[in-house]
Amino acid sequence: MAQNKKRIHNKILSQPVCFGTKLSPTLPHHFTPHAADCFYAPSFAMAESEASSYPPIDPTNFDLIIVGTGLPESILAAAASAVGKTVLHLDPNSFYGSHFATLSLTDLTSHLNSHSLPAPPPPPSTSGSGDSDYAVVDLVQDPIYSDIEIEWHGSEDETSKMREDSRKFNIDLGGPRALFCADSCIDLLLKSGAEQYLEFKGVDASLVYEPNGGGLANVPDSRGAIFRDKNLSLKEKNQLMRFFKLVQQHLGGGGDQSDGGGEGQKISEEDLDSSFVSFLDKMRLPPKIKSILLYAIAMLDFDQDNSEVCKDFLKTKDGIDRLALYSSSVGRFPNAPGALIYPIYGEGELPQAFCRRAAVKGCIYVLRMPVTSLLMDKVTGCYKGVRLVSGQDLYSHQLILDPSFVIPSPLSSSLADFPREKIQLLSQRELKGMVARGICITRSSIKPDLLNCSVVYPPRSLSPEQVMSVRALQIGSNLAVCPAGTFILYFSTVCNDADEGKKLLKAAMNALLKPVVSVNSGSIPVVQSDNENVQPIVLWNAFYIQKVFKGKFDSMTSAPTPDGNLNYTDILDATEKLFSQMYPDQAFFPKTETPEDTMDENGVIMES
Amino acid sequence: MHGRPRNVLKEEDTAALSAKAEKLRLLQSHFLANHHNRIYTKEALEENAKLLENNPEWHTAWNYRKLAVESFLTDSHSDPETVKSVLDEELRVVENALRKNFKSYGAWHHRKWVLSKGHSSIDKELRLLAAFQKADARNFHAWNYRRFVTTLMKIPDEEELKYTEEVIGANFSNYSAWHNRSILLSNLLKRKAEGYFPKEIVLEGEFELVHNAIFTDPDDQSGWFYHLWLIDQMVKIDAPLLVSSWPSHGLNITLQGNKCLHGSGLSVLNSTLPNTGTLPIILYFNQAVEGIDSSTVNVKSELLNGDLVWKPLSTNNSNNAQVWVAYLNIGNLDVQRSKTYVIEINLGHSKGIVSSNGYDYGHASRVTFELCIQSAYTESVEQQDGKITSEIDHIPTTSGRCEEAIVNEISQFRDLLSEIDCKIGKLTLARLLTALDSMPSPRANNMVHTEEILQLYDDLMRLDPTHYLYYKDEHSLVLLRQITSSRESLLPYCYYKKDATEAVPGYVCLRLQNLSLSRMGSIENLLWVQMLDLSHNQLRSIEGLEAMQLLSCLNLSHNKLGSFNALGPLRLIKSLKVLDISYNEIGSHTIDTRRYLCSSPLCHTEEFAWDQFETLTDSIHISAAKFWEPFLIFQSMKLTQLDIKGNAVADEIFGSFIIRVLPTLKWLDEEDLS
Repeated sequence: MAQNKKRIHNKILSQPVCFGTKLSPTLPHHFTPHAADCFYAPSFAMAESEASSYPPIDPTNFDLIIVGTGLPESILAAAASAVGKTVLHLDPNSFYGSHFATLSLTDLTSHLNSHSLPAPPPPPSTSGSGDSDYAVVDLVQDPIYSDIEIEWHGSEDETSKMREDSRKFNIDLGGPRALFCADSCIDLLLKSGAEQYLEFKGVDASLVYEPNGGGLANVPDSRGAIFRDKNLSLKEKNQLMRFFKLVQQHLGGGGDQSDGGGEGQKISEEDLDSSFVSFLDKMRLPPKIKSILLYAIAMLDFDQDNSEVCKDFLKTKDGIDRLALYSSSVGRFPNAPGALIYPIYGEGELPQAFCRRAAVKGCIYVLRMPVTSLLMDKVTGCYKGVRLVSGQDLYSHQLILDPSFVIPSPLSSSLADFPREKIQLLSQRELKGMVARGICITRSSIKPDLLNCSVVYPPRSLSPEQVMSVRALQIGSNLAVCPAGTFILYFSTVCNDADEGKKLLKAAMNALLKPVVSVNSGSIPVVQSDNENVQPIVLWNAFYIQKVFKGKFDSMTSAPTPDGNLNYTDILDATEKLFSQMYPDQAFFPKTETPEDTMDENGVIMES
Repeated sequence: MHGRPRNVLKEEDTAALSAKAEKLRLLQSHFLANHHNRIYTKEALEENAKLLENNPEWHTAWNYRKLAVESFLTDSHSDPETVKSVLDEELRVVENALRKNFKSYGAWHHRKWVLSKGHSSIDKELRLLAAFQKADARNFHAWNYRRFVTTLMKIPDEEELKYTEEVIGANFSNYSAWHNRSILLSNLLKRKAEGYFPKEIVLEGEFELVHNAIFTDPDDQSGWFYHLWLIDQMVKIDAPLLVSSWPSHGLNITLQGNKCLHGSGLSVLNSTLPNTGTLPIILYFNQAVEGIDSSTVNVKSELLNGDLVWKPLSTNNSNNAQVWVAYLNIGNLDVQRSKTYVIEINLGHSKGIVSSNGYDYGHASRVTFELCIQSAYTESVEQQDGKITSEIDHIPTTSGRCEEAIVNEISQFRDLLSEIDCKIGKLTLARLLTALDSMPSPRANNMVHTEEILQLYDDLMRLDPTHYLYYKDEHSLVLLRQITSSRESLLPYCYYKKDATEAVPGYVCLRLQNLSLSRMGSIENLLWVQMLDLSHNQLRSIEGLEAMQLLSCLNLSHNKLGSFNALGPLRLIKSLKVLDISYNEIGSHTIDTRRYLCSSPLCHTEEFAWDQFETLTDSIHISAAKFWEPFLIFQSMKLTQLDIKGNAVADEIFGSFIIRVLPTLKWLDEEDLS
């Protein structure tokens, strides 16, 4: 593992990446030669031409067909290919990543808009062609985005400049999202070999929003951070550090400071089973520290002190696991300053990396290839294959679908005798909730001299009524996601109601950013008299609501959507579970002997 | 570098190691031959370099290189290019050696030596240091070298101070960084650099910084060390000052017709005067000083016949002492009866009194007292305390800001202790309270915290038995300070000896018995004492007692004195007549663990009367090894009464020995010798 750690370590760049060296984020051009023939690159003229321009796919039988290149689908493609399955990976879009994609400014706008429209009526021609052995069930995409608001705020010059530079923006669709240095996602990247296609940079700081004009403060997440903290009182520093030590002792490590008291002080079973918030109360931690621990470190969504609204009461043992994840992340990689890292060029790099991995193992990729219908056994109602927009029928044992695909509930009349219960499952995806997302492009950083940072707004920090945490992530130009001098700022919160969620995000945005100036007011306001605290100016922003669906295994498997969390842990767990349900006898990325990289682990490199 | 487990060697490793050792031995013998024959050829130096790269710990090998360089430099002092290349080669060898072991004293020293030659560029050194300090931020060799390099490069202290802040910010468990900070700050404060004055404001900022470390992790020592240094900086008075004297200012001493001195009715001075006709004058400073003589201390009196000779009261023959004494000779003067003589002592008006760290005497002080010789003896019950009340007010030694800072510190640590139970926190609180109590401020109600401090030390003795003796000592000092702080507090311990005979008038005896004292303190308040009872304590040392120049009777029985050496201070008390050291532990410990070196008459700093000692040992056939110490202690004393029973050393032989050493002795262990 030490070696693996080194591998990722080398992937975290400590030097800023300059724009000139940008690799193409879209991948087919850069594929390993032996895998090159796995790619079908439909011509760009496709849009105007008819289905005839879609190339035929050969072979037509697969172990697994996957529709959609979101992160879970891509991981499954790589995992299935790794155990020798024949896999066909399709995506109706022209880009990789589906809901986990990173897009240019214009692409993002059009994608959001197109995926918020209700599904177009299925073309009648494809369904009901009763001459085949299969029942043809139409497949439509049900939008997972809604309530989209996109606004431009910059001056005319700025706006046109940004439209011109649209391709210089790499904006995540499912942001804010980042990886903990000790995340299981890192382990998966290493295990699968996908890490070789990725480069990361550390997120410079983890901040927490302090209510009542406290502004942004660093999350005191380590011994050094507690020492340097300017907001905690001495007593609070002592209390927090003692709590960290208690957790460390409980976890058995004791760290390098194992001199304190009786060795291996454990937290009692009773406490471990109680709720984390009551445990913190029992430890007499003041509200401020509680809030930091619960929302900025354990990353909880709901107000833990409000039992009416809280949907994610955390037990102490889970809370301690989250603390452990956070603290083992801090300092894991010497060139990552905090707990979080972010992939250069954006989140969309992750699914692409897995796709590359899958391609190396023989998975066939076809983009811009919509699937129109499913082919089902007329008698048993079992899944048999898919029909492409080109009219070609392809067959596989199993199918994984992007979560936005559904079967329209009133089935066409020709399927009157079809055993409906089989497909019933697919039309009833499991809605887990909603996430309100916001993206801002700003002209200056929310915290001077920081390019990248994460922010948590704990419940009740923005208003007394706020029951949910809001998380934000600012990514600067050194991660190659925007032109120099601009910043992308993501917000998200779990919500029950679209308006409520968006309202909360706007409050979070306004707390840090200059209240939006109306575009039409001819004169540009230059009245920034309070030059002491110049708030960043929003050039562009988008707000939207995303539905969260869980992954589901069946004869046709549905992959999970992005969730409301900051990291990928839950999505990965769900993905791994899907894999083990699909292939119970196969290992999820079996260990292979990789003779590659033998990093020499010599301690000090002295400069002479 | 810290917390690395030591691996047990495998068999093949040991074999490899012994092969390596064989090679090294060969190199060593070659090198020694070269060294011996002063061969400084290129090959010889290369071989030596190889040796040093393998074993940088060998100082001889480094010295050989120095000699080689020197010989080269004297041979060819012409071409600066060659000189530079030779020195650069030295730097390279050092660097390689440091790669092997970056804690090698010899290698770092050699680098300094090469750089001091002044021919090499020093720009590279900071980069090299950065690498070493990254490898181990606490490596004190690197920090030491950093100070050397930054001085050489004339990097301002302010910049270096910022650097320490960065390092501490990254990981505050870095004693070396804190230490460097204290050095830099001392420099800046001493020269009152811009932004570093007044000292109190700077120190307050430092307190804030170190609080973060202490509160975040009270188990980490480095912050506490720095904090202790800060308290000291805040409280300490740099300039030497007179804190006490005998006779104290304003004192009336009455000399009786029967040649007994009667000091202000209370203490009768019968000891010094009858024998020597002298009156001691004791000056007690706040720290060790030098330069006390007739030019720096001006004494005005009709009684004066020539200059006074000031002697430092030090047990180690140094010219530095906290206490100085001079003897005013009045015995052979034709003094007029009933006349009051005024004696005035002025000091600090001219330069010359300097503390051991180079500070000049602070404020000028004046002490006056009166001496009167009467025929009739009148008794008064007035008591003197030895505290100085000189005319010149020298209170403004610590500012109100200091006091405020200490008060603030106290409340911080009370806070911390309310959160956690922490030994060093308690100790710090005790120290802070002690510091506050001893601040000469009109606002500070002195000694109000004594009970609390004593309680803290009691707790600490219980919690931390390893450092029991230290806490005990501190406890004793605080207790003594309280007892001696005022007349009222001292009175309960004073006993008036009525049972004295007609011829010898009453004495006042100070009884500090059964107080569980482990060391003496507050002696500046006890300079007047003539009879002192310290029995039934736990004294292991009587350090400082030499200042009590009027002492004639001393009871040290039932203590824990472990050797005659511990009685050293008594050699300086010429007036001592009666000494009780019974029931101590003298002779019980074969080795005196309180001394750093094995003691012997040869290494002793005192002059030793060899002739006398030899005659003595020869005449009564005793072992010199066993008796040189008591000989050294007692030989110069004029005791008339000694109690020594109850010590392991006290036997018949010792009895006969001591009678010879002390011919003045009339009573030994309550036995009349006459």
